[in-house]
Amino acid sequence: MAAPWASLRLVAPMWNGRIRGIHRLGGAVAPEGNQKKKRTILQLLTNYFYDVEALRDYLLQREMYKVHEKNRSFTWLEKQHGPYGAGAFFILKQGGAVKFRDKEWIRPDKYGHFSQEFWNFCVVPVEAVDASDCDINYEGLDNLLLLKELQSLSLQRCSHVDDWCLSRLYPLADSLQELSLAGCPRVSERGLACLHHLRNLRRLDISDLPAVSNPGLTQILVEEMLPNCEVVGVDWAEGLKSGPEEQPQDTASPVPA
Amino acid sequence: MAHTGRTAGRLGEGDWDGKVSEIKKKIKSILPGRSCDLLQDTSHLPPEHSDVVIVGGGVLGLSVAYWLKKLESRRGAIRVLVVERDHTYSQASTGLSVGGICQQFSLPENIQLSLFSASFLRNINEYLAVVDAPPLDLRFSPSGYLLLASEKDAAAMESNVKVQRQVGAKISLMSPDQLRNKFPWINTEGVALASYGMEDEGWFDPWCLLQGLRRKVQSLGVLFCQGEVTRFVSSSQRMLTTDDKAVVLKRIHKVHVKMDCSLEYQPVECAIVVNAAGAWSAQIAALAGIGEGPPGTLQGTKLPVEPRKRYVYVWHCPQGPGLETPLVADTSGAYFRREGLGSNYLGGRSPTEQEEPDPANLEVDHDFFQDKVWPHLALRIPAFETLKVQSAWASYYDYNTFDQNGVVGPHPLVANMYFATGFSGHGLQQAPGVGRAVAEMILKGRFQTIDLSPFLFTRFYLGEKIQENNII
Repeated sequence: MAAPWASLRLVAPMWNGRIRGIHRLGGAVAPEGNQKKKRTILQLLTNYFYDVEALRDYLLQREMYKVHEKNRSFTWLEKQHGPYGAGAFFILKQGGAVKFRDKEWIRPDKYGHFSQEFWNFCVVPVEAVDASDCDINYEGLDNLLLLKELQSLSLQRCSHVDDWCLSRLYPLADSLQELSLAGCPRVSERGLACLHHLRNLRRLDISDLPAVSNPGLTQILVEEMLPNCEVVGVDWAEGLKSGPEEQPQDTASPVPA
Repeated sequence: MAHTGRTAGRLGEGDWDGKVSEIKKKIKSILPGRSCDLLQDTSHLPPEHSDVVIVGGGVLGLSVAYWLKKLESRRGAIRVLVVERDHTYSQASTGLSVGGICQQFSLPENIQLSLFSASFLRNINEYLAVVDAPPLDLRFSPSGYLLLASEKDAAAMESNVKVQRQVGAKISLMSPDQLRNKFPWINTEGVALASYGMEDEGWFDPWCLLQGLRRKVQSLGVLFCQGEVTRFVSSSQRMLTTDDKAVVLKRIHKVHVKMDCSLEYQPVECAIVVNAAGAWSAQIAALAGIGEGPPGTLQGTKLPVEPRKRYVYVWHCPQGPGLETPLVADTSGAYFRREGLGSNYLGGRSPTEQEEPDPANLEVDHDFFQDKVWPHLALRIPAFETLKVQSAWASYYDYNTFDQNGVVGPHPLVANMYFATGFSGHGLQQAPGVGRAVAEMILKGRFQTIDLSPFLFTRFYLGEKIQENNII
C-alpha cells in the first residue's frame, strides 16, 4: 500500500511518454518471467504516490471503456434494417469485412470509411465475416449473433476473444461451416471444448494459439470431438530436427516371460 | 511535577498513589540511561479500531471486503479488517473446492446470484484490476452442467428449468435420444430427462479467484490479520416490543483477536462484525451469544451451520468421455468432470444422512469411492468400468442443516453481526453476489440489486424453510 506521503503535484513531465507502453490491459496471459522485470521510474512513483496510482488506474479504466464503446449494442438498427444490416454494420464499424450472399466482400478502407450501399443488401443474409484484428469481445457477440445464416467466420488475432466468447457461438451451429481462431491470445483448450455444438463445421483453424498448453494433444482431442471437421493448426514437424537417418533399434528379441 | 496533577486524569482516592508511581516509571524510562521499553513491536497485531471486522478470509469474507470498499461513498470511508485464522488456507473450503458454477437451481434468488457471479468472473480483469499486476487467468472451462433426472424427478426438473429460463439462464432440455446423440458415452437407462446449461456454466480455479480478491482488496486498503477470534465484548439493552414483551438487544463493541500459538490478544473496537467463517461459523455465533436461551425462542435459535466432510476423487480413464464433457450429475447424486487434457476426471457423491462421515479431520475414506461412488458412475458411463484412482482429498461444506441454503444479513437480536455463511457447497459460485448483497445491507440498510430477504436469519425461528431441490 502506498506510503501516506504528501501528494505530488508535478506529475505532468514524467508520464507523457511512458504511459502508453506499459499500460495496456495485458491481453494475453502474462508470461512467467515477467515478475522479475526491472522496476521503472513509473512503477516507483506509483508505489509512493496516491496521485500517480489514481491516474494510472483512471487511464486503465479508460482503455477498458474504449473497448466497451466499440462493442455497444447495435440491435436498435434491427428494426430499420433487419438483423443482417445491424450485424454487418457492427462488423464494418469494427474494421472487419462482410460478404453478403452472391455479392462481393465489403471492406472499410484505411480511414475506416465503407460504402453505404450495403444498406440496400440488407434483406440478403450475410454469408461470411472476416473480423481479423478487430476488438470484438463477449458483449459485441450480441451483434454478431444476429447473423443467423453465417457460414464462414474468421476471428484471427482478435485480442479480446476468449473462452467465454467461444461458448457463445452455439446459435450459429446450423449454418457455420468455417471458423478460424488463429493467433487469438486468450483462447485456450477449454474454450475449444465448447465448439462441439458446431456440428456442421467443416474447417477449423486453431494454429498459433499461445494460451493452449499442449497444441498437439489439443488438436487430436478436437479432431475426435468434431469427426466431420478438418482441423488445421499444429505444425507436426515443430520440434523435430532433421538429422541423419538412424538404424531402427533391435526390437525383435522377445522379453522372457 | 506540577503538571502531573493534570495528566493523571480523574483523581480517585485510592488510585492516586498508583498513578503517580506509574507516571514516575514512564518518565524514568524516557530519561537517558534507561532502556526504552515503552514502544513494543506490534506489527503482527491488528489495529485497535476498525469499522468492520470480517471473521474469515475465504472467498465469501474477501468478497464482502471487496464490495464494501467498492460501494463506499468516498475513498477511505470504511476501515475494514479481515481476520483469518490460517493464512495457508489448509482447511478452508474455498481452496479445496471443485470450483463449479451453474445456474440450475430451483430458487430464483440462487439463479440470480449465480448469473451475477458468472458475469463477475467473465469480467474479472476489470473488477479486480490492479495497476502493474498481471491479469488473472481463472482457467474457466465453459463446458456447462448436465443434470440427469429419473422418471419421478422429471416434472420437478421441467418446472425448475422454466424458472431458470425466466430469470435469464440459458438451459436446454434433452430427451434420452437427444442425449445419446450428443454424448454417445452415456448410458441413458433410467434417465427420463436431462437439463444442459449452454452458457455461463462450467468450472474454474478457485485459488486464483481467492488470490485475485486478496490482491485487489489489499490494494484498496483492507487490513489483514492472522489470528483467531476468541471473545466478543458486547453490551445489552432491554427493550419492550409493542406487545409489551421483553427483548434483549445486544451490540458487539470489541472483538478479541488472539495470536497464533500465544496467549497474546488484541481487542479491536469495531462497529460491525461479519461472520464469514464458513464451516466454523456456528462457533463464532455462539461466542456472540446467539442461541443462548430457551429453545423455541428467538434468543434460543442457534445458527444451524455445521461442517460436513465431502470427498473428491481424481481418477484416470484412458477411454473416457472426450473434450466436450460437461460436469455430469447423475440421478443417484454422483457427479464427475474432466480435469485437464490427459483423460483425468474428478468427482464424488454427497453421502446420505446415515453415511455422513465424521468431520473431525480431513482424512479420506477410499472405501466410500469403491462402494458408493464407482458403481453409480460405471452404470451411467460404461467406459468408467476400467479406471484407476490417482488421488483424493476431503473438504468441508458449511452445511446449513435447516434448508441447505445460505444465511445472509443481520441477526435480529445481535444487531451488528451480519452473516455470510451456510451455503452448503455452493458458496464459491455465489460469493460475488452475496458479497455485494451484504455490503449493500451494511452500507445502505437494505438489499438493492438482488433481494435476499428469504435468506435472513429470522427464517430459522419462524420455521420458513426455503428448500433447494438441486443440491449436488
